[in-house]
Amino acid sequence: MSNSKGRFGIHGGQYIPETLMNAVIELEEAYNHYKDDPEFNAEFTDLLNNYANRPSLLYYADNMTKDLGGAKIYLKREDLNHTGAHKINNALGQCLLAKKMGKTRVIAETGAGQHGVATATVAAYMGLECEIYMGKMDTERQALNVYRMKLLGAKVHPVTSGTATLKDAVSETMREWTNRIEDTHYVLGSCMGPHPFPTIVRDFQSVISREIKQQLMEKEGKLPDAVIACVGGGSNAIGSFYHFINDKSVKLIGCEAAGRGIDTNETAATVNTGSLGIFHGMKSYFCQDKYGQIAPVYSISAGLDYPGVGPEHAYLHDIGRAEYVPITDDEAVDAFEYLSRTEGIIPAIESAHAVAYAMKLAPKMSKDQIIVVTVSGRGDKDVAAIARYRGEEIYD
Amino acid sequence: MASVADAFKNKNGKAFIPFITSGDPSLEVTEQLVYAMAEAGADLIELGIPFSDPTAEGPVIQEANIRALSGGVTTDKIFEMVKKIRKNCDIPMVFMTYANVVFHYGTEKFIKTAAGIGMQGLILPDVPYEEKEEFSSVCKKYGIDLISLIAPTSHDRIRMIAKEADGFVYCVSSLGVTGTRTKITTDIGAMVGLVKEAKDIPCAVGFGISNPQTAADMASKSDGAIVGSAIVKICAKYGKDCVPEVKKFVKEMADAVHAV
Repeated sequence: MSNSKGRFGIHGGQYIPETLMNAVIELEEAYNHYKDDPEFNAEFTDLLNNYANRPSLLYYADNMTKDLGGAKIYLKREDLNHTGAHKINNALGQCLLAKKMGKTRVIAETGAGQHGVATATVAAYMGLECEIYMGKMDTERQALNVYRMKLLGAKVHPVTSGTATLKDAVSETMREWTNRIEDTHYVLGSCMGPHPFPTIVRDFQSVISREIKQQLMEKEGKLPDAVIACVGGGSNAIGSFYHFINDKSVKLIGCEAAGRGIDTNETAATVNTGSLGIFHGMKSYFCQDKYGQIAPVYSISAGLDYPGVGPEHAYLHDIGRAEYVPITDDEAVDAFEYLSRTEGIIPAIESAHAVAYAMKLAPKMSKDQIIVVTVSGRGDKDVAAIARYRGEEIYD
Repeated sequence: MASVADAFKNKNGKAFIPFITSGDPSLEVTEQLVYAMAEAGADLIELGIPFSDPTAEGPVIQEANIRALSGGVTTDKIFEMVKKIRKNCDIPMVFMTYANVVFHYGTEKFIKTAAGIGMQGLILPDVPYEEKEEFSSVCKKYGIDLISLIAPTSHDRIRMIAKEADGFVYCVSSLGVTGTRTKITTDIGAMVGLVKEAKDIPCAVGFGISNPQTAADMASKSDGAIVGSAIVKICAKYGKDCVPEVKKFVKEMADAVHAV
């Protein structure tokens, strides 16, 4: 029947132009070769530990736990990684793979700039040529990250097509890849796109849940009751969930960006408001109109401002293994300020969506239960935007 | 009604295949463009159904999609336009759009309707061989040709793709997205040769063709030339007054292809 590969239930697949098919086949073959290669894995682990500062802390949030008065809260501190977010895990893995494949140039999309910075960083370290595509609107709201990428030697292309945000940056990077394939690897930043990207990105990010499991076993001698992470495309969430998928007692909760609310048009909550579609190489859920035109989406967070979700999340939703909850801008900004004041940790506005849900859930749980919240990135990049949200005219 | 294959049985057996985006600048103009292009010697027409995020298109056709969608064009309105066209003109026509436009409308509902209003084929540039089954099985049921594409990077995939191809094989001339190019460097003759070894099916070349010389050159190495961006540029430039300009251009191109 179907020759389709990379399916998660009905989701996934490889809906891309023929021009790219041999490139993704070559990538799949290389990945299958290296993923179980002890030498490759030793090199990857060494980079994670000695370049990216892993393992990241599993931090017991004592003040937050006491203040909320329910479940014990642990924070998985991906914000403490080199470059300040979980994105470095995947960038290191894919750039190492690209080098092994003999590629000399990497291209990538970026929304908030975290993945662009991570890719530019690793490219600088590994001596790869690097070009980043970023929606023009995002280059404006994350201007410092643009300069950071340039500082690291990358060329940054502002994307003006469509809504000039993350989805358009993905489209433009795909277009560029069809233009130059031979020496170029596309470092896709989330667990989305055509097979094998959702699997590769998940595997490189799964270090997050592997560490959580080990670290919590050492501290508490048991599994968590819930793991909470924010979801745009969903890479830090799938990384946080992966090693718990078979532990049915662990609730897996993804927090989507509801923007101004899921009852408005200004939202990016794909699972909560979207429908089944085919876009950016995959079958999954998308925000779209009745004719399948992709809808403009909105969130205060440039990193969650995406109209789709990775196919494995769509599948985990379908089978009821994970739950996807909407968090509004207001709730996320409150959580951003709350974590800053309560724990002295300024989270990325993306991660603040996960913190916001923990604030709702923890008081409803008992004191012997445990929640792990993945703080996917640090919030320095968002401080000016949050100030403006609160009416203070501060610019980067 | 003529079939896709019939487009390659005219004159010298070479087909000229123009592309336009439906609803750019309006569906009324699109309808007139179809009549004008048929009169000017086009053998098969590709009607684009606009998509918000056309990842295989260069800037020219991307902008046409935006113009059409901002004008309020929908799949249903395009179906209505085709019904009108079919009262006046029987030139073979295929829809060119993206997987989601068909899938989200309902693959069966879309293809059944397209066949019912007299379309002959469907091109989905983001559906490669590996994913075609869910569309091709329905196309076969309703007698629509799902057109297969091959690219300069296809190499050993060409035989596999060609064997199961229907209507004609769309040979993508160059790397990258649609748009006019100064030069086509791919060995088109070799690509076409590989197709013909696997199946006796017409091959038409598209991507980057913008003048009669290149069109004739491509048609001499294959069975036809497909031109999109060069025509869409004329639509962008002249707007609602584009019909005579497009007609003139299509005549030059079709004459060149038919003189090969």
